[in-house]
Amino acid sequence: MNLVEETLKDAPKTPVQKYTAKDFQSDQDVRWCPGCGDYSILAQVQRVMPDLNIPKHNMVFISGIGCSSRFPYYMDTYGFHGIHGRAPAIATGLKIARPDLSVWVATGDGDGLSIGGNHLIHICRRNLNVKILLFNNQIYGLTKGQYSPTSEFGKVTKSTPYGSVDHPFNPLLVALGAEASFVARTLDRDPKHLQFVIKRAAEHKGTAFIEIYQNCNVFNDGAFFTFTEKDTKDDNVVFIEHEKPLIFGKERDKGIRLEGFTPSVVSLTDGKYSVNDLIVHNEKDTMLSFILARMSSIPNLPRPVGVVYAVERPLYEAEMSRQIHQAIQKQGEGNLEKLLNYGETWVIN
Amino acid sequence: MNKDLKNLDEVTIRFAGDSGDGMQLTGMQFTSTTALVGNDLSTLPDFPAEIRAPAGTTFGVSGFQIHFGSTEINTPGDMCDVLVAMNPAALKVNLRSLEDGGIIIANKDGFNEKNLKLAGYQSNPLEDGSLSKYQVHAVAITALTHNALADLGLSNKVIERCKNFFALGMMYWMFTRPLEPTIKWIQEKFKKTPELIEANTRVLKAGYAFGETTEIFAVRYQVKPAPLKPGRYRSITGNEALAWGLIAASVKSGLDLFLGSYPITPASDILHELSKHKNFRVKTFQAEDEIAGITSAIGASYGGAIGVTTTSGPGMALKTEALGLAVMLEVPVVVCNIQRGGPSTGLPTKTEQADLLQAVYGRNSEAPIPVIAANTPADCFFTAFESVKLALKYMTPVILLSDGYVANGAEPWLIPSVNSLPDIAPKFRTDPEGFYPYLRDEKTLARPWAIPGTPGLEHRIGGLEKQHITGNVSYDPENHEFMVKMRQAKVDRIADDIPLAQVEGDQKGDLLVVGWGGTYGAIKTAVDNKRREGRSVSHLHLKYLNPFQKNVGEILYNFKNILVPELNLGQLSKLLRAKYLVPTITLSKVQGLPFKSIEIENKIDELL
Repeated sequence: MNLVEETLKDAPKTPVQKYTAKDFQSDQDVRWCPGCGDYSILAQVQRVMPDLNIPKHNMVFISGIGCSSRFPYYMDTYGFHGIHGRAPAIATGLKIARPDLSVWVATGDGDGLSIGGNHLIHICRRNLNVKILLFNNQIYGLTKGQYSPTSEFGKVTKSTPYGSVDHPFNPLLVALGAEASFVARTLDRDPKHLQFVIKRAAEHKGTAFIEIYQNCNVFNDGAFFTFTEKDTKDDNVVFIEHEKPLIFGKERDKGIRLEGFTPSVVSLTDGKYSVNDLIVHNEKDTMLSFILARMSSIPNLPRPVGVVYAVERPLYEAEMSRQIHQAIQKQGEGNLEKLLNYGETWVIN
Repeated sequence: MNKDLKNLDEVTIRFAGDSGDGMQLTGMQFTSTTALVGNDLSTLPDFPAEIRAPAGTTFGVSGFQIHFGSTEINTPGDMCDVLVAMNPAALKVNLRSLEDGGIIIANKDGFNEKNLKLAGYQSNPLEDGSLSKYQVHAVAITALTHNALADLGLSNKVIERCKNFFALGMMYWMFTRPLEPTIKWIQEKFKKTPELIEANTRVLKAGYAFGETTEIFAVRYQVKPAPLKPGRYRSITGNEALAWGLIAASVKSGLDLFLGSYPITPASDILHELSKHKNFRVKTFQAEDEIAGITSAIGASYGGAIGVTTTSGPGMALKTEALGLAVMLEVPVVVCNIQRGGPSTGLPTKTEQADLLQAVYGRNSEAPIPVIAANTPADCFFTAFESVKLALKYMTPVILLSDGYVANGAEPWLIPSVNSLPDIAPKFRTDPEGFYPYLRDEKTLARPWAIPGTPGLEHRIGGLEKQHITGNVSYDPENHEFMVKMRQAKVDRIADDIPLAQVEGDQKGDLLVVGWGGTYGAIKTAVDNKRREGRSVSHLHLKYLNPFQKNVGEILYNFKNILVPELNLGQLSKLLRAKYLVPTITLSKVQGLPFKSIEIENKIDELL
């Protein structure tokens, strides 16, 4: 037993009492702009936490830099506000050292996909059991309004007065390309769905990547309103669910059908196609996950929202612990005296 | 045939050949055997950055120098007495390090037209008389190796690869060393390929027998054991010692060791070494980049492990921002910079000490970090141990400076007993009563280590300025200045805790030679030599570069002149002048090579 295990041996492994959302509110004043989508994300996370059956003292929220990265200050758990882009690497070190902890990363489109893109892809491929909430508002907020790696081509911002000539990242494709074992998208303005996805991510064993469409009402107001507002949402979002056909529309009268590898919208009322012709979502289907994620960049298709991909594969930290366990079984606990005297030695009298 | 046996006090041998010729291996085998027979020794591997540079070229030459003796040995030797040259390029590159009258053992078969041309020789130096001031032994090493293995049915390629052991066998004969340790090593190394055990053993023995029977060697030499302190010894390189020092600190402290590291020359061997020792619960994480190396280590430290990252200059530059974070968070992280020639990619496989100012000052804003340096390969063990100890006690990142010369060099090491190592007794905060993340220990000014998983201590930390005591984010002007001074005061206080600096030689005098890190052996040899001549010169070697030990100023003021030899343009000089307002004389060398003691002796002569 090391000193950490020794020190924490009596700490409760499950909550002593049932928490409420309020138990997860820290004593710090929340300093996001009034009306920011971050408030909703914070509230939904705080609402979901009591359901996870994890004691607060075993939870750690880690962030980088940016508006979203202030998140840990507002959670009454352990919190770590790191440096720009590095939260996944900090989380990796912590999770390897302490597999017993529930580790969460709060990041943004700039923090996670620009300066920290490297760490993000590597945590995904390694599959540490860390939950990543990427707040995508398609703008740099904290630096006051430059375009981000998810801003659309042609975006006019302070740093692109003639329009951005950068092609944007699709965060879901980045995560899938990096072989994250759980990839989902949800909306700041859909609390129920947001809660559902956070909970699914929490239950997933492995790196869970969630892209959250988040409104920056100061520098990029309404960027996602087509997908989040009542009038337009139903016709522009398809909520995907495991083993269910892709149906959407205010009257649930439209669906997504595959022609070859290309998804297209079909009507369910003109007699040509029925529900049986539609894509049935399968979270474990790797090829399908790419097709669904690609839909975001095909004009006239609704945005897929929900759990795009969820599979289980070996956890990095568990594999490392297994190797350590095996080494100890095979060679015995490390003995310093033996190590120092290992190999060729000689005695001088 | 009877041959003369001559006694020598010390010898320096350099093995040189193509980087594919196995010269490092040959040198290391000679080193192990020499250590086993009880000589004191010091080594200098010198290899190109390219893994296999084109054969026969001068830039592809790989060398390994060993200095051993029956007396105390502190450097790998200024000049060599024996040069083993496997081809013309090896001769060309290394001839300037050979003493006049020194011995050259050349592989005659390697001196063919093609290789001579590649090395830029117009005529064959083995035949044209240009080496007349040396004792040249041209031996058909390749042919003799082929002869020894003729009946084994091995491919030419495999046979060629054995020829270094012929040279090694000859050197074992010439310096009366036993073959058994290397034979044992061969048996272990090639246990899965018995034909290679047979081949290498045969060639090694053939080389030895050649020395015995041929007429070209009339003399063999004996170097008696050195009067080392009694006890059990082993040979150890700097990087091995550093890795083991970290493991020792982990064992003593009861904390797991976490290494986050990105491969970089010449630090990678620490990652390799630590990766072997999983039964010590060492967790090694080969990160995606240098930044992830250090930030993962910070994450692990935050969780209650000893977080370590290892790197060299360019990697150190990349870690800079994270070092500032560690200063702000006040978490124990050990950052090992195995310095190499720079700037930028510089000279990856060569040594230099030019990252001192980077270590002491190289961060944005006021970000004090303790800096300590290793003097010799074996000293890396204690330096690593000490780094962890300071990091844990003061809740601070610590920078450990080593260099390519110390890291790859080897020396005999009197194995310490585990009980003799100092205790490390870290404590985690567990009591929620009166807990504040930045409420400091009165004596050390360290903040509490409150690890996740502790009930009731949930708190938030980060890179934003902290309010004194509470650790809450604070933009208050007075608080910021207070905290800047507090972080500095904490590091300064370490000076009260570390042992006083010790002068080697008289406490007062005409000249004090002040060094740090890997120049220890060269300075010590130079100062010892000059003291034997009756000169008033002493040696001060600084292990602690930030903060300096409390008595450093007092020591400096006791000497008329201060000479600071450094493998940079005078970085320690700058620090000493700034802190103690003393004039210093810099002896600078920036060639990717360590000092020769003669270079320091010449400077001492000039000054006295």
